[in-house]
Amino acid sequence: METYYHPQDLSKFAEMGKGNPELWEKFLAYYNAVFAEGALTEREKALIALAVAHAVQCPYCIDAYTQACLQQGSNIEEMTEAVHVACAIRGGAALVHGVQMRNVAQKLSM
Amino acid sequence: MGQSLKAQGRPLASAAEQLRILSAPNGFPPFERTMAEANLFPLHATGITVLQINVGKLCNQTCAHCHVDAGPDRKEIMSRETAELCIRALAQTDIPVVDITGGAPELNPNFRWLVEQARALGRHVIDRCNLTVLLLPSQADLAEFLARHEVEVIASLPYFRAAQTDAQRGPGVFDKSIEALRKLNALGYGKEGTGLLLNLVYNPVGAFLPPKQEAIEKQFQRELERQFGVVFNRLYTITNMPISRFLEFLLASGNYEGYMQRLANAFNPAAAAGVMCRYTLSVGWDGTLYDCDFNQMLELPLSHGAPQHIRDFDAARLHTRRIVTANHCYGCTAGAGSSCAGATTKT
Repeated sequence: METYYHPQDLSKFAEMGKGNPELWEKFLAYYNAVFAEGALTEREKALIALAVAHAVQCPYCIDAYTQACLQQGSNIEEMTEAVHVACAIRGGAALVHGVQMRNVAQKLSM
Repeated sequence: MGQSLKAQGRPLASAAEQLRILSAPNGFPPFERTMAEANLFPLHATGITVLQINVGKLCNQTCAHCHVDAGPDRKEIMSRETAELCIRALAQTDIPVVDITGGAPELNPNFRWLVEQARALGRHVIDRCNLTVLLLPSQADLAEFLARHEVEVIASLPYFRAAQTDAQRGPGVFDKSIEALRKLNALGYGKEGTGLLLNLVYNPVGAFLPPKQEAIEKQFQRELERQFGVVFNRLYTITNMPISRFLEFLLASGNYEGYMQRLANAFNPAAAAGVMCRYTLSVGWDGTLYDCDFNQMLELPLSHGAPQHIRDFDAARLHTRRIVTANHCYGCTAGAGSSCAGATTKT
Protein backbone atom coordinates (compact mmCIF):
# COMPACT_ATOMS: atom_id res chain seq x y z
CA MET A 1 0.00 0.00 0.00
CA GLU A 2 1.25 3.49 -0.83
CA THR A 3 2.29 5.40 2.27
CA TYR A 4 4.23 8.52 3.16
CA TYR A 5 6.45 6.55 5.57
CA HIS A 6 8.91 3.88 4.41
CA PRO A 7 11.21 2.12 6.94
CA GLN A 8 14.10 2.16 4.46
CA ASP A 9 13.94 5.97 4.38
CA LEU A 10 15.47 6.11 7.87
CA SER A 11 18.85 5.17 6.41
CA LYS A 12 18.49 8.02 3.88
CA PHE A 13 18.40 10.66 6.61
CA ALA A 14 21.90 11.87 5.67
CA GLU A 15 20.58 12.83 2.22
CA MET A 16 19.16 15.92 3.95
CA GLY A 17 22.75 17.17 3.91
CA LYS A 18 22.71 17.46 0.12
CA GLY A 19 20.52 20.57 0.09
CA ASN A 20 22.68 22.44 2.58
CA PRO A 21 25.81 20.60 3.78
CA GLU A 22 26.81 23.36 6.19
CA LEU A 23 23.56 23.32 8.13
CA TRP A 24 23.53 19.51 8.08
CA GLU A 25 27.04 19.35 9.55
CA LYS A 26 26.08 21.83 12.26
CA PHE A 27 22.95 19.85 13.08
CA LEU A 28 24.91 16.60 13.19
CA ALA A 29 27.63 18.02 15.43
CA TYR A 30 24.97 19.35 17.81
CA TYR A 31 22.98 16.09 17.67
CA ASN A 32 26.04 13.96 18.45
CA ALA A 33 27.06 16.28 21.29
CA VAL A 34 23.57 16.08 22.78
CA PHE A 35 23.62 12.28 22.85
CA ALA A 36 27.17 11.92 24.16
CA GLU A 37 27.71 10.88 27.78
CA GLY A 38 27.38 13.92 30.04
CA ALA A 39 25.52 14.61 33.26
CA LEU A 40 23.11 11.98 31.89
CA THR A 41 24.30 8.63 30.57
CA GLU A 42 23.84 7.65 26.92
CA ARG A 43 21.35 5.04 28.12
CA GLU A 44 19.26 7.63 29.96
CA LYS A 45 19.32 9.95 26.96
CA ALA A 46 18.15 7.16 24.66
CA LEU A 47 15.19 6.52 26.99
CA ILE A 48 14.30 10.24 26.93
CA ALA A 49 14.57 10.20 23.13
CA LEU A 50 12.29 7.17 22.99
CA ALA A 51 9.67 8.98 25.07
CA VAL A 52 9.93 12.13 22.95
CA ALA A 53 9.73 10.01 19.77
CA HIS A 54 6.34 8.78 20.97
CA ALA A 55 5.20 12.25 21.99
CA VAL A 56 6.00 13.63 18.53
CA GLN A 57 4.84 10.32 17.00
CA CYS A 58 7.77 10.00 14.61
CA PRO A 59 7.95 6.40 13.31
CA TYR A 60 11.57 6.82 12.24
CA CYS A 61 12.55 8.00 15.72
CA ILE A 62 10.57 5.21 17.39
CA ASP A 63 12.37 2.64 15.22
CA ALA A 64 15.79 4.22 15.79
CA TYR A 65 15.44 4.73 19.54
CA THR A 66 13.87 1.36 20.23
CA GLN A 67 17.04 -0.10 18.73
CA ALA A 68 19.20 2.42 20.59
CA CYS A 69 17.58 1.66 23.94
CA LEU A 70 18.04 -2.10 23.53
CA GLN A 71 21.62 -1.53 22.39
CA GLN A 72 22.29 0.62 25.44
CA GLY A 73 21.16 -2.20 27.71
CA SER A 74 17.66 -1.00 28.56
CA ASN A 75 14.86 -3.52 28.92
CA ILE A 76 11.28 -3.57 27.71
CA GLU A 77 9.94 -2.65 31.16
CA GLU A 78 12.05 0.54 31.27
CA MET A 79 11.14 1.39 27.68
CA THR A 80 7.43 0.88 28.37
CA GLU A 81 7.64 3.19 31.38
CA ALA A 82 9.33 5.82 29.20
CA VAL A 83 6.42 5.61 26.74
CA HIS A 84 3.99 6.00 29.65
CA VAL A 85 5.82 9.16 30.67
CA ALA A 86 5.24 10.53 27.15
CA CYS A 87 1.61 9.42 27.34
CA ALA A 88 1.08 11.02 30.75
CA ILE A 89 2.57 14.33 29.62
CA ARG A 90 0.57 14.35 26.39
CA GLY A 91 -2.60 13.35 28.22
CA GLY A 92 -1.90 15.80 31.02
CA ALA A 93 -1.22 18.55 28.48
CA ALA A 94 -4.63 17.96 26.93
CA LEU A 95 -6.32 17.85 30.31
CA VAL A 96 -4.66 20.95 31.72
CA HIS A 97 -6.04 22.91 28.75
CA GLY A 98 -9.41 22.09 30.22
CA VAL A 99 -8.68 24.97 32.57
CA GLN A 100 -8.88 27.26 29.52
CA MET A 101 -12.14 25.62 28.60
CA ARG A 102 -13.42 26.25 32.09
CA ASN A 103 -12.24 29.86 32.03
CA VAL A 104 -14.00 30.55 28.74
CA ALA A 105 -17.13 28.75 29.78
CA GLN A 106 -17.17 30.59 33.09
CA LYS A 107 -16.81 33.95 31.34
CA LEU A 108 -19.62 33.20 28.92
CA SER A 109 -21.98 31.67 31.36
CA MET A 110 -24.43 33.31 33.75
CA MET B 1 14.53 -28.33 26.97
CA GLY B 2 14.94 -27.77 23.24
CA GLN B 3 16.92 -29.91 20.84
CA SER B 4 19.97 -28.91 18.84
CA LEU B 5 19.55 -27.96 15.18
CA LYS B 6 21.36 -31.20 14.39
CA ALA B 7 18.89 -33.33 16.36
CA GLN B 8 16.00 -31.52 14.67
CA GLY B 9 17.52 -32.17 11.25
CA ARG B 10 17.45 -28.44 10.44
CA PRO B 11 19.32 -27.27 7.32
CA LEU B 12 21.38 -24.81 9.39
CA ALA B 13 22.92 -27.72 11.30
CA SER B 14 25.17 -27.86 8.24
CA ALA B 15 28.17 -25.51 8.26
CA ALA B 16 28.09 -25.48 4.46
CA GLU B 17 24.51 -24.20 4.47
CA GLN B 18 25.43 -21.44 6.94
CA LEU B 19 28.35 -20.40 4.76
CA ARG B 20 26.13 -20.44 1.67
CA ILE B 21 23.72 -17.98 3.30
CA LEU B 22 26.51 -15.80 4.70
CA SER B 23 28.34 -15.57 1.40
CA ALA B 24 25.29 -14.55 -0.67
CA PRO B 25 25.12 -10.82 -1.54
CA ASN B 26 22.62 -9.22 0.81
CA GLY B 27 23.12 -5.48 1.08
CA PHE B 28 26.60 -5.54 2.68
CA PRO B 29 30.06 -5.70 1.10
CA PRO B 30 32.14 -8.89 1.39
CA PHE B 31 34.20 -8.86 4.60
CA GLU B 32 37.44 -9.35 2.74
CA ARG B 33 36.84 -6.24 0.61
CA THR B 34 36.10 -4.18 3.73
CA MET B 35 39.30 -5.49 5.32
CA ALA B 36 41.28 -4.68 2.18
CA GLU B 37 39.97 -1.10 2.26
CA ALA B 38 41.25 -0.88 5.85
CA ASN B 39 44.63 -2.30 4.72
CA LEU B 40 44.04 -5.38 6.86
CA PHE B 41 43.76 -8.05 4.21
CA PRO B 42 45.11 -10.66 4.31
CA LEU B 43 45.05 -10.80 8.10
CA HIS B 44 47.91 -12.56 9.89
CA ALA B 45 48.39 -13.85 13.42
CA THR B 46 50.72 -11.91 15.70
CA GLY B 47 51.57 -14.84 18.00
CA ILE B 48 49.68 -17.15 20.33
CA THR B 49 48.85 -15.98 23.84
CA VAL B 50 45.65 -18.01 24.23
CA LEU B 51 45.20 -21.72 23.57
CA GLN B 52 41.44 -22.13 23.40
CA ILE B 53 40.40 -25.75 23.73
CA ASN B 54 36.83 -26.65 22.84
CA VAL B 55 36.31 -29.97 24.57
CA GLY B 56 32.99 -30.68 22.89
CA LYS B 57 29.40 -29.86 22.11
CA LEU B 58 27.78 -31.64 25.06
CA CYS B 59 25.88 -29.19 27.26
CA ASN B 60 23.11 -29.30 29.87
CA GLN B 61 21.43 -26.29 28.20
CA THR B 62 20.17 -25.52 24.70
CA CYS B 63 20.50 -21.73 24.47
CA ALA B 64 18.67 -19.98 21.65
CA HIS B 65 21.75 -18.09 20.44
CA CYS B 66 24.37 -20.85 20.80
CA HIS B 67 26.98 -20.68 18.06
CA VAL B 68 28.08 -24.24 18.85
CA ASP B 69 24.58 -25.79 18.48
CA ALA B 70 25.44 -27.47 21.76
CA GLY B 71 23.01 -29.43 23.92
CA PRO B 72 22.35 -32.63 25.84
CA ASP B 73 21.85 -34.47 22.55
CA ARG B 74 25.34 -33.63 21.25
CA LYS B 75 27.85 -36.38 21.92
CA GLU B 76 30.97 -35.01 20.21
CA ILE B 77 33.53 -34.59 23.02
CA MET B 78 37.31 -34.50 23.20
CA SER B 79 39.00 -37.81 24.00
CA ARG B 80 41.79 -38.23 26.55
CA GLU B 81 44.20 -38.91 23.69
CA THR B 82 43.43 -35.54 22.05
CA ALA B 83 43.53 -33.78 25.42
CA GLU B 84 47.01 -35.24 25.92
CA LEU B 85 48.07 -33.87 22.54
CA CYS B 86 46.87 -30.41 23.67
CA ILE B 87 48.95 -30.61 26.84
CA ARG B 88 51.95 -31.89 24.90
CA ALA B 89 51.69 -28.91 22.53
CA LEU B 90 51.23 -26.52 25.45
CA ALA B 91 54.34 -27.86 27.19
CA GLN B 92 56.42 -27.04 24.08
CA THR B 93 55.45 -23.36 24.34
CA ASP B 94 55.14 -20.51 26.78
CA ILE B 95 51.50 -19.78 25.83
CA PRO B 96 50.31 -18.19 29.08
CA VAL B 97 46.53 -18.76 28.90
CA VAL B 98 44.49 -21.92 28.40
CA ASP B 99 40.83 -21.15 27.72
CA ILE B 100 38.58 -24.20 28.03
CA THR B 101 35.17 -24.02 26.39
CA GLY B 102 32.37 -26.19 25.00
CA GLY B 103 29.38 -26.94 25.25
CA ALA B 104 29.60 -27.18 28.99
CA PRO B 105 33.29 -28.10 29.15
CA GLU B 106 33.00 -29.42 32.70
CA LEU B 107 30.83 -32.32 31.44
CA ASN B 108 33.77 -33.75 29.52
CA PRO B 109 35.32 -36.47 31.76
CA ASN B 110 38.79 -35.13 30.82
CA PHE B 111 38.05 -31.54 31.88
CA ARG B 112 39.57 -31.79 35.35
CA TRP B 113 42.63 -33.61 34.04
CA LEU B 114 43.18 -30.84 31.48
CA VAL B 115 42.88 -28.17 34.18
CA GLU B 116 45.32 -29.98 36.47
CA GLN B 117 47.87 -30.49 33.70
CA ALA B 118 47.69 -26.89 32.45
CA ARG B 119 48.00 -25.56 36.00
CA ALA B 120 50.94 -27.88 36.66
CA LEU B 121 52.63 -26.23 33.66
CA GLY B 122 52.05 -22.90 35.38
CA ARG B 123 49.46 -21.60 32.90
CA HIS B 124 46.47 -19.41 33.67
CA VAL B 125 43.31 -21.46 33.07
CA ILE B 126 39.88 -20.14 32.11
CA ASP B 127 36.67 -22.16 32.38
CA ARG B 128 33.83 -20.86 30.17
CA CYS B 129 31.01 -21.86 32.43
CA ASN B 130 27.25 -21.75 31.88
CA LEU B 131 26.74 -21.52 35.69
CA THR B 132 23.87 -24.06 35.88
CA VAL B 133 26.36 -26.89 35.45
CA LEU B 134 27.63 -26.04 38.95
CA LEU B 135 24.28 -27.18 40.37
CA LEU B 136 24.17 -30.59 38.70
CA PRO B 137 24.38 -33.43 41.26
CA SER B 138 27.29 -34.94 39.28
CA GLN B 139 29.20 -31.63 39.63
CA ALA B 140 28.58 -30.99 43.32
CA ASP B 141 32.31 -30.47 43.99
CA LEU B 142 33.04 -28.54 40.77
CA ALA B 143 33.06 -25.05 42.27
CA GLU B 144 35.52 -26.16 44.96
CA PHE B 145 37.69 -27.84 42.32
CA LEU B 146 37.82 -24.62 40.27
CA ALA B 147 38.69 -22.54 43.33
CA ARG B 148 41.36 -24.98 44.48
CA HIS B 149 43.09 -24.71 41.10
CA GLU B 150 42.56 -20.94 40.89
CA VAL B 151 40.70 -21.29 37.61
CA GLU B 152 39.24 -18.07 36.22
CA VAL B 153 35.52 -18.50 35.66
CA ILE B 154 33.96 -16.69 32.71
CA ALA B 155 30.24 -17.17 33.06
CA SER B 156 27.39 -16.41 30.71
CA LEU B 157 24.69 -14.12 32.06
CA PRO B 158 23.04 -12.08 29.30
CA TYR B 159 21.01 -9.84 31.61
CA PHE B 160 20.34 -9.09 35.25
CA ARG B 161 16.68 -10.02 34.95
CA ALA B 162 14.99 -13.40 34.57
CA ALA B 163 12.79 -12.61 31.53
CA GLN B 164 15.64 -11.72 29.21
CA THR B 165 18.05 -14.37 30.50
CA ASP B 166 15.47 -17.17 30.32
CA ALA B 167 14.39 -16.07 26.82
CA GLN B 168 17.94 -16.72 25.62
CA ARG B 169 19.08 -19.56 27.85
CA GLY B 170 15.92 -21.47 28.81
CA PRO B 171 13.19 -21.37 31.48
CA GLY B 172 14.50 -21.19 35.03
CA VAL B 173 18.12 -20.61 34.00
CA PHE B 174 18.31 -17.14 35.56
CA ASP B 175 17.35 -18.31 39.07
CA LYS B 176 19.82 -21.20 38.85
CA SER B 177 22.53 -18.86 37.56
CA ILE B 178 22.07 -16.59 40.56
CA GLU B 179 22.28 -19.61 42.88
CA ALA B 180 25.51 -20.69 41.17
CA LEU B 181 26.96 -17.17 41.36
CA ARG B 182 26.23 -17.09 45.10
CA LYS B 183 28.01 -20.44 45.43
CA LEU B 184 31.06 -19.00 43.64
CA ASN B 185 30.95 -15.81 45.73
CA ALA B 186 30.86 -17.92 48.90
CA LEU B 187 34.16 -19.49 47.81
CA GLY B 188 35.68 -16.05 47.28
CA TYR B 189 35.10 -15.78 43.54
CA GLY B 190 34.56 -12.19 42.37
CA LYS B 191 35.85 -10.76 45.64
CA GLU B 192 38.87 -8.51 45.92
CA GLY B 193 42.05 -10.00 47.32
CA THR B 194 41.10 -13.66 46.78
CA GLY B 195 42.72 -13.99 43.35
CA LEU B 196 39.64 -15.90 42.23
CA LEU B 197 38.38 -14.19 39.08
CA LEU B 198 34.71 -14.30 38.19
CA ASN B 199 33.91 -12.51 34.96
CA LEU B 200 30.50 -12.39 33.33
CA VAL B 201 29.55 -12.38 29.66
CA TYR B 202 26.78 -10.20 28.26
CA ASN B 203 25.26 -11.23 24.92
CA PRO B 204 22.45 -9.09 23.48
CA VAL B 205 19.12 -10.90 23.80
CA GLY B 206 18.14 -10.14 20.22
CA ALA B 207 19.26 -8.70 16.89
CA PHE B 208 21.13 -5.69 18.18
CA LEU B 209 24.71 -4.82 19.13
CA PRO B 210 25.99 -4.77 22.72
CA PRO B 211 26.24 -1.52 24.71
CA LYS B 212 29.49 0.04 25.79
CA GLN B 213 31.16 -2.49 28.05
CA GLU B 214 31.94 -0.08 30.88
CA ALA B 215 28.38 1.27 30.95
CA ILE B 216 26.60 -2.09 31.07
CA GLU B 217 29.17 -3.41 33.55
CA LYS B 218 28.20 -0.68 36.00
CA GLN B 219 24.52 -1.52 35.49
CA PHE B 220 25.16 -5.22 36.11
CA GLN B 221 27.26 -4.51 39.20
CA ARG B 222 24.61 -2.25 40.67
CA GLU B 223 21.64 -4.52 39.89
CA LEU B 224 23.21 -7.88 40.80
CA GLU B 225 24.49 -6.56 44.11
CA ARG B 226 21.30 -4.69 44.96
CA GLN B 227 18.86 -7.41 43.99
CA PHE B 228 20.82 -10.56 44.75
CA GLY B 229 23.94 -9.66 46.72
CA VAL B 230 26.08 -11.08 43.88
CA VAL B 231 29.49 -9.61 43.02
CA PHE B 232 31.85 -10.21 40.11
CA ASN B 233 35.06 -8.77 38.66
CA ARG B 234 34.46 -7.74 35.04
CA LEU B 235 31.68 -7.92 32.51
CA TYR B 236 32.57 -8.77 28.92
CA THR B 237 30.27 -7.73 26.10
CA ILE B 238 30.20 -10.18 23.22
CA THR B 239 28.40 -9.58 19.94
CA ASN B 240 26.17 -12.42 18.77
CA MET B 241 27.78 -14.09 15.80
CA PRO B 242 25.42 -14.61 12.82
CA ILE B 243 25.94 -18.37 12.72
CA SER B 244 24.22 -21.55 13.90
CA ARG B 245 21.20 -20.98 16.21
CA PHE B 246 21.50 -17.21 16.22
CA LEU B 247 21.48 -17.29 12.42
CA GLU B 248 18.37 -19.48 12.61
CA PHE B 249 16.75 -16.83 14.85
CA LEU B 250 17.80 -13.99 12.51
CA LEU B 251 16.31 -15.72 9.48
CA ALA B 252 13.11 -16.85 11.21
CA SER B 253 12.46 -13.38 12.67
CA GLY B 254 13.22 -11.49 9.44
CA ASN B 255 16.21 -9.78 11.05
CA TYR B 256 19.05 -11.32 9.05
CA GLU B 257 19.54 -8.63 6.43
CA GLY B 258 19.17 -5.74 8.91
CA TYR B 259 21.54 -7.37 11.41
CA MET B 260 24.25 -8.03 8.83
CA GLN B 261 23.96 -4.48 7.54
CA ARG B 262 24.18 -3.17 11.10
CA LEU B 263 27.35 -5.21 11.71
CA ALA B 264 28.89 -4.10 8.39
CA ASN B 265 27.95 -0.43 8.91
CA ALA B 266 29.56 -0.56 12.36
CA PHE B 267 32.85 -1.97 10.98
CA ASN B 268 35.65 -0.50 13.06
CA PRO B 269 39.20 -0.79 11.64
CA ALA B 270 40.70 -0.53 15.14
CA ALA B 271 38.57 -3.46 16.29
CA ALA B 272 39.49 -5.38 13.14
CA ALA B 273 43.19 -4.87 13.82
CA GLY B 274 42.77 -6.28 17.35
CA VAL B 275 40.61 -9.34 16.67
CA MET B 276 41.23 -12.30 18.95
CA CYS B 277 42.13 -14.73 16.16
CA ARG B 278 45.45 -12.88 15.82
CA TYR B 279 46.59 -14.11 19.23
CA THR B 280 44.42 -17.22 19.77
CA LEU B 281 44.75 -20.79 18.58
CA SER B 282 41.51 -22.76 18.75
CA VAL B 283 41.45 -26.55 19.06
CA GLY B 284 38.32 -28.53 18.20
CA TRP B 285 37.05 -31.58 20.08
CA ASP B 286 38.70 -33.85 17.51
CA GLY B 287 42.03 -31.97 17.59
CA THR B 288 41.49 -29.93 14.41
CA LEU B 289 43.03 -26.44 14.58
CA TYR B 290 41.14 -23.23 13.85
CA ASP B 291 41.66 -19.48 14.13
CA CYS B 292 38.69 -19.12 16.50
CA ASP B 293 35.72 -20.96 17.96
CA PHE B 294 33.40 -19.44 15.33
CA ASN B 295 35.50 -20.71 12.44
CA GLN B 296 35.48 -24.04 14.26
CA MET B 297 31.68 -24.20 14.17
CA LEU B 298 31.69 -23.21 10.49
CA GLU B 299 34.22 -25.99 9.86
CA LEU B 300 36.79 -23.55 8.50
CA PRO B 301 40.09 -25.04 9.75
CA LEU B 302 43.48 -23.36 9.50
CA SER B 303 44.56 -22.98 5.90
CA HIS B 304 47.22 -21.28 3.81
CA GLY B 305 49.81 -23.94 4.68
CA ALA B 306 49.38 -23.95 8.48
CA PRO B 307 49.21 -27.28 10.37
CA GLN B 308 45.62 -28.47 10.72
CA HIS B 309 45.76 -30.81 13.70
CA ILE B 310 47.09 -30.48 17.24
CA ARG B 311 49.30 -33.54 16.67
CA ASP B 312 51.17 -31.45 14.07
CA PHE B 313 51.52 -28.42 16.37
CA ASP B 314 54.37 -26.23 15.20
CA ALA B 315 54.60 -22.92 17.05
CA ALA B 316 56.83 -21.24 14.50
CA ARG B 317 54.44 -21.93 11.61
CA LEU B 318 51.39 -21.02 13.65
CA HIS B 319 52.60 -17.71 15.09
CA THR B 320 52.42 -15.82 11.83
CA ARG B 321 49.82 -17.89 10.02
CA ARG B 322 47.34 -16.27 7.69
CA ILE B 323 43.86 -16.07 9.28
CA VAL B 324 40.84 -17.60 7.54
CA THR B 325 38.07 -14.98 7.27
CA ALA B 326 34.53 -14.81 5.87
CA ASN B 327 31.45 -12.61 6.26
CA HIS B 328 30.64 -13.85 9.78
CA CYS B 329 33.83 -12.05 10.88
CA TYR B 330 31.85 -8.78 10.82
CA GLY B 331 30.60 -9.96 14.23
CA CYS B 332 34.03 -9.35 15.80
CA THR B 333 34.79 -6.06 14.05
CA ALA B 334 31.58 -4.10 14.74
CA GLY B 335 31.50 -1.14 17.11
CA ALA B 336 33.88 -1.55 20.02
CA GLY B 337 34.83 -4.99 18.69
CA SER B 338 34.06 -8.35 20.21
CA SER B 339 36.19 -11.19 21.47
CA CYS B 340 36.08 -13.95 24.06
CA ALA B 341 37.44 -11.29 26.44
CA GLY B 342 34.80 -8.73 25.49
CA ALA B 343 35.23 -5.44 23.66
CA THR B 344 38.58 -4.98 21.94
CA THR B 345 38.57 -1.16 21.80
CA LYS B 346 37.23 1.69 23.88
CA THR B 347 34.57 3.79 22.12
